[in-house]
Amino acid sequence: MTMNLVRAYGDTTGDGMVQLSFTLPVPAGPRAEAAAALFAAKMGLDPAMVVHAKAVGPDFTFFVVYGRSGVIVDLDEVEVHEREFPLLTAKEINLEVRSMLGRRLVVVGATVGTDAHTVGLDAILNVKGFAGEKGLEYYRELRVVNLGAQVDPAHLVERAVAEQADALLVSQVVTQRDAHLHHVRLVAEELAAGWPATTPRPLVVVGGPRFEPRMAAELGVDRIFAKGTTPREVASYLVHALAQRRVAA
Amino acid sequence: MTDTVRRNLLRLDQRTVRRARALAERAAAPVIELARTHTTTSVERAVLRLAGLTGADAEGIPWVNRLVDAVAADVGLGHGVALPVWHELRRGGHTDLAALAQKAAAGGVAFAVPEGRERQSAVTASRRAVARGIATIDRNRKTRDRLLRKLGDPPKPWIYLIVATGDIHEDIPQAQAAAREGADVIAVIRSTGQSLLDYVPEGATREGFAGTYATQENFRLMRAALDDVSAELGRYVRLTNYASGLCMPEIATLAGLERLDMMLNDCMYGIIFRDINPRRTFIDQRFSRQIHARAGIVINTGEDNYLTTADAVDAAHTVVVSQLLNERFGLEAGLQDWQLGLGHAFEINPALPEQFRLELAHAQLVRELFPNAPLKYMPPTKHMTGNVFFGYLLDAFFNLAGVMTDQSILLVGMMTEGIVTPFLSDRDLALENVRYVRDACAGLAEDFRPAPDGFVATRARQVLAESVELLERIADDGLFTAIADGTFGVTRRPADGGRGADGVVAHADDYLNPATELLEATA
Ligand code: B12
Repeated sequence: MTMNLVRAYGDTTGDGMVQLSFTLPVPAGPRAEAAAALFAAKMGLDPAMVVHAKAVGPDFTFFVVYGRSGVIVDLDEVEVHEREFPLLTAKEINLEVRSMLGRRLVVVGATVGTDAHTVGLDAILNVKGFAGEKGLEYYRELRVVNLGAQVDPAHLVERAVAEQADALLVSQVVTQRDAHLHHVRLVAEELAAGWPATTPRPLVVVGGPRFEPRMAAELGVDRIFAKGTTPREVASYLVHALAQRRVAA
Repeated sequence: MTDTVRRNLLRLDQRTVRRARALAERAAAPVIELARTHTTTSVERAVLRLAGLTGADAEGIPWVNRLVDAVAADVGLGHGVALPVWHELRRGGHTDLAALAQKAAAGGVAFAVPEGRERQSAVTASRRAVARGIATIDRNRKTRDRLLRKLGDPPKPWIYLIVATGDIHEDIPQAQAAAREGADVIAVIRSTGQSLLDYVPEGATREGFAGTYATQENFRLMRAALDDVSAELGRYVRLTNYASGLCMPEIATLAGLERLDMMLNDCMYGIIFRDINPRRTFIDQRFSRQIHARAGIVINTGEDNYLTTADAVDAAHTVVVSQLLNERFGLEAGLQDWQLGLGHAFEINPALPEQFRLELAHAQLVRELFPNAPLKYMPPTKHMTGNVFFGYLLDAFFNLAGVMTDQSILLVGMMTEGIVTPFLSDRDLALENVRYVRDACAGLAEDFRPAPDGFVATRARQVLAESVELLERIADDGLFTAIADGTFGVTRRPADGGRGADGVVAHADDYLNPATELLEATA
């Protein structure tokens, strides 16, 4: 099935052309340029054209390289994180919740740790919403408790217990030194320690622009949402995941 | 050149402008009164820092914290720390403040508030001690003036660049490299979470998150490194840090003691973006600005940030309102116009038709409202995405708007804004962008003459009118109410909420703060 084999596209099918930029800790000069060409060759570019080289201070050089990559990708091998649940309308979501729980579904949301970013969390939770979709507060059958940012994971769990939450929504935007992963693990730990054994554990849903959705299990959470998430996706996921739990129970 | 540009190109009604200022003054008055009659734990710790108390205990908690806590536990803070501390210093025969702090932390001291003759000697002794810190600040200011004369002050717009590796020893070579590439101002952004620490960490630090801790030693190391590179380049490179969060007064004090040149210092940023208690912030900002005023430090305010949580068109007037308030609070604290680096930003959605004209209107409006302020213009952040190529273009338009409207300080926009903190090369490319626009468009401000009833001038007048309307409401209902209602950055912050409220204390009748006395005496 040759149809499914692809190379990078410059301006002709199959030309394999790519462009790349990087810096080497080498003073500018012929040696630096040769090093850049070798670097690109080792990345598999052949030919590799170093089209721009510029000194960045006395010790570094910045390069732009154009070149041909021999890499071929078989689209059949590609793994995508497909949405595992149907996208429902607000009406359907409200109906599902009512028939499933017979009460409102309680969502407690926060940006945890030292992270002060709230725009992403609010985009999901506030009525105003995101990308033309209303946020979770708009859903009649959802009760939203938005704790804001800089929330201590232990405090989040405390509030979740008090509110008898069905789901925790955790936002993390700052990723330097893996702060986001660290904070999410703390939430998972606090939940394991602080949640009463007698009631089912709430879903833990994590979101932020630089998350890898496939890391959910590793982080001990139920679902991860990355950049561009809309509130309806999250609401749809919540009813789906809670319904699945009921089936399993 | 600047005079022509700053002339009334927008045909602003000067009566409206005066009215806006009068309203800001009225809105600020009760808040200033609050700040004059209250103190905070951090203000008191700053007094001890001025008196020379440094260092921390084995757990890393500074001695200034230990001492203030001990005094608070015994006699409260309503009298200020100075009276009980200098009374005890004399009475207990402690060798110095450090010895007293150590003993007090161990629970070995019972503080008392002196009266009569004893009070008088505590007053005198504390004044003498604090005056030494203020003398250091004065000396630093003279040194800066001397270096500016000797090395030369770069022309405006100053190019302002952030370093933020988390490790001061990485920041230093990066800052020096940036200066060599043309940066006039280096800002060391602080670690995530420092705002919420109720103490200032000690020593050189290497472990910040998305920023480097503000410590006295980090300040000293970076200023020394920039002095070296300034001498090499024949141009004085300024250093900036952030006085915000729970330790605003102390960080401001350390900046004065270590000759920082500019400081982020906003009357509301901590409230809105870090959930610090509003009263605490207003009290802290006043003291910190009195220090900045004395130190000859240029402050930078944070209005640009409102446009990350609010819409940049709908909320344009909230920026102006906040600038007028920041100006009022700043002037009252003793800052002069040349020290008021009011902030604003290029944050309108680029998908909006005529986005650039709207940006020009806002930027020119601010320029004309504050003709003598070193305005700090911030690049796009919110609409920067993973498309670094488009981001680079948008940054060029930002640079162009900055040059056309004669902004004073241009923060260098990074094409990686929407992704990560920048690579070395991203910073270099960004500087190339600014240099090109600045050189290619040098003097363009002279030729920028918005038509009197054109789009730009009309929009500017509209924003001003909306600002006056909002100021009227704030002056009537009170600034605290406005903040609680989410007026700024669509974030609601009730006056009793937030962190650090327990560190606010009303002055007792005999309250003494030798630092404020000295700063206000000469203001
Ligand atoms: C706005 C902003 C701020 C504002 C925040 C105001 C506020 N109240 O939120 C202010 C000015 C305060 C700020 C401060 C800082 N910021 Co900031 N900020 C941004 C900025 C410009 C936009 C972020 C944003 O609002 N995006 C819009 C929202 C809608 O998108 P989103 O967050 O991705 O959310 C979507 C999805 O991710 C998802 N999602 C998010 N959360 C959740 C949660 C759940 C449960 C779900 C289901 C989905 C979900 O759904 C949302 C909608 O699709 C970005 C740069 C950029 N262009 O992205 C930098 C950026 C995020 N900031 C950054 C940094 C470093 C900081 C500081 C640490 C700087 C410093 N050292 O002081 C401080 C933070 C201090 C702190 N304690 O956190 C870095 C982070 C780098 C990194 N990857 O680690 C960025 C990327 C800028 C940069 N390149 O350096 N910032």
